[in-house]
Amino acid sequence: MKNKIKKSTGERAFDAVNTTLLILIALVMIYPLYYVLVASFSTYNSLIKSNGFLLYPSEFTIEAYKMAFKNPMVLRGYANTMFAVIVGVAVNLLLTAIGAYFLSRRDVKLQKPISILIVITMYFSGGMIPFYFTVKGFGLEGSLWSLVIPTAINTFNLIIMKTAFSEIPHSLEESVEIDGGGHFIMLFKIIMPLSKATFAVIGLYYAVAHWNAWFNAMLFLKERTQFPIQLILREILIQNNMQGMSEGVGFAEANYVGETIKYAIIVISTLPILIVYPFMQKYFVHGVMIGAVKG
Amino acid sequence: MMNKRAARTAISQKTKQGSWRRDFHKNWKLYLMVIPVLMFYAMFCYKPMYGALIAFQNFSPRLGFWGSEWIGFDNFVHFFTSPDFPKLLKNTLTISITTLIFGFPAPILLALFLNEVKNVHVKKFVQTTTYLPHFISVVVVCGMVKIFVSPQGIIGMLVGALTGNNSNLLMNPKLFLPIYVISEIWQSVGWDSIIYLAALSAVDTEQYEAADIDGAGRFSKIFYITLPSIQTTTITLFILALGRVMNVGYEKIMLLYNPAIYETSDVISTYVYRLGFETQNWGFSTAVGLFNSVCNLALIVGANTISKKYKNVSLW
Repeated sequence: MKNKIKKSTGERAFDAVNTTLLILIALVMIYPLYYVLVASFSTYNSLIKSNGFLLYPSEFTIEAYKMAFKNPMVLRGYANTMFAVIVGVAVNLLLTAIGAYFLSRRDVKLQKPISILIVITMYFSGGMIPFYFTVKGFGLEGSLWSLVIPTAINTFNLIIMKTAFSEIPHSLEESVEIDGGGHFIMLFKIIMPLSKATFAVIGLYYAVAHWNAWFNAMLFLKERTQFPIQLILREILIQNNMQGMSEGVGFAEANYVGETIKYAIIVISTLPILIVYPFMQKYFVHGVMIGAVKG
Repeated sequence: MMNKRAARTAISQKTKQGSWRRDFHKNWKLYLMVIPVLMFYAMFCYKPMYGALIAFQNFSPRLGFWGSEWIGFDNFVHFFTSPDFPKLLKNTLTISITTLIFGFPAPILLALFLNEVKNVHVKKFVQTTTYLPHFISVVVVCGMVKIFVSPQGIIGMLVGALTGNNSNLLMNPKLFLPIYVISEIWQSVGWDSIIYLAALSAVDTEQYEAADIDGAGRFSKIFYITLPSIQTTTITLFILALGRVMNVGYEKIMLLYNPAIYETSDVISTYVYRLGFETQNWGFSTAVGLFNSVCNLALIVGANTISKKYKNVSLW
């Protein structure tokens, strides 16, 4: 039982100010996202007339969404991104798990030098241009695999997973060793079920990274039909490309909906993450905690 | 005497060989299993490091690595003496150091404030909303920034109303730095605070109780107990941040900048990109990139050495 000491006026004032301040910060931080959502359901004319601050849609309409979904590139981009996410995460998890398994074994002579070689890559790289030529040299340019293979392992995630594997009690692993089962049986039958949470976290980190990636796609893909959603977004949001925006509809129509189509496309492309996020928040945070143990 | 020593060396070499053989005998399946991982690192991390040698060439993709002419340090000399060099270095350091000055303490402050909140719902609400921007893609963040600061955007209109100057804020070289830093903090402050919150939850509560008895106030407890107890985390993260100083968020800059504001927004990595992919100046741009990588490495090793010596905190 905690003894309740009566709080002084100063203490209470501190709490009140602190709480108010934090809520204000949270509101300011969430508002830009809320604004995008609200603006995507407003008409362009009413948006221009408003003074910029909105709490609810002015003149509710879903015209912007209709137009966004008419654009074949948006759906196409979605499909390409789904490929990168699904295939990419599968490859990521498999290789990361194998690497982490190797690094978490005991009494392996080559482990130390290999682990040093791996960690070095976190602090030094050849740079953008040699990386481009390397990937191109392996014939990955112009292929969707360029979004998967060159980013197959993230060393930071590998180390998080290795830390998690090392914490599994050795006694649990001995039964497999005695039965003479191989390493894959150990990894998939014993270690994986015991570290489901870690797999979930690392899988989610990789999924978010694939979902949000655009730079490698810009370097390696030339055909618009292969572009992931982020590159389509870049055309529309950053390069202000009307062709990208009005595909599937006329210029006049696109002009009428104007900026609101940008808001709608932001919502469409960010929604999957925003839907998953609240359920996954504690796992995401869990990942940072495992990583922190190492740091 | 000599013979004995020679014999002993021979024996120890033999057992050494024997232990290697035993290791391979015992672990060969494990080594076989890890080959794909090693191949990944060899192909996509070490091969580019080797490929970075084109920094010492007048590289042409037509002639290839073996056919291109070796020119020693010419590319580096050319870069250091070019009029772009001081501007790029200045921009890179200005942007990253400003981000560090404002962006490094921000998550610590947020974590300290959050740690003082007793109401679970308030805490949860603030955490959920501040972590969220971390998951939004850099393209979307930059798209939002562009829309917001345009003359019809919410921030553009606000600034227009206050100053009477209704122009696109991203066309003004002076405003790139604040736009970059503020959007950076918006996106990272919440997520970066998690690690400090974890460190804060490990602080020994007895110290606070002792301080209560001594009549210490909230602020003195923060200064004399809380901050010192998260020192290791803070230093570790600071070293890591220093290692990124030369890297700045080039993806973000590339999405936000435009030729009208190159004078304040062009940094070394964006320059490497344009030089390589827009003007096909491969050897030269690789040299600039290599200079950047080496600076990063030197910074992180230097910072780590200092912190090891004075605070006994080290990354490796």
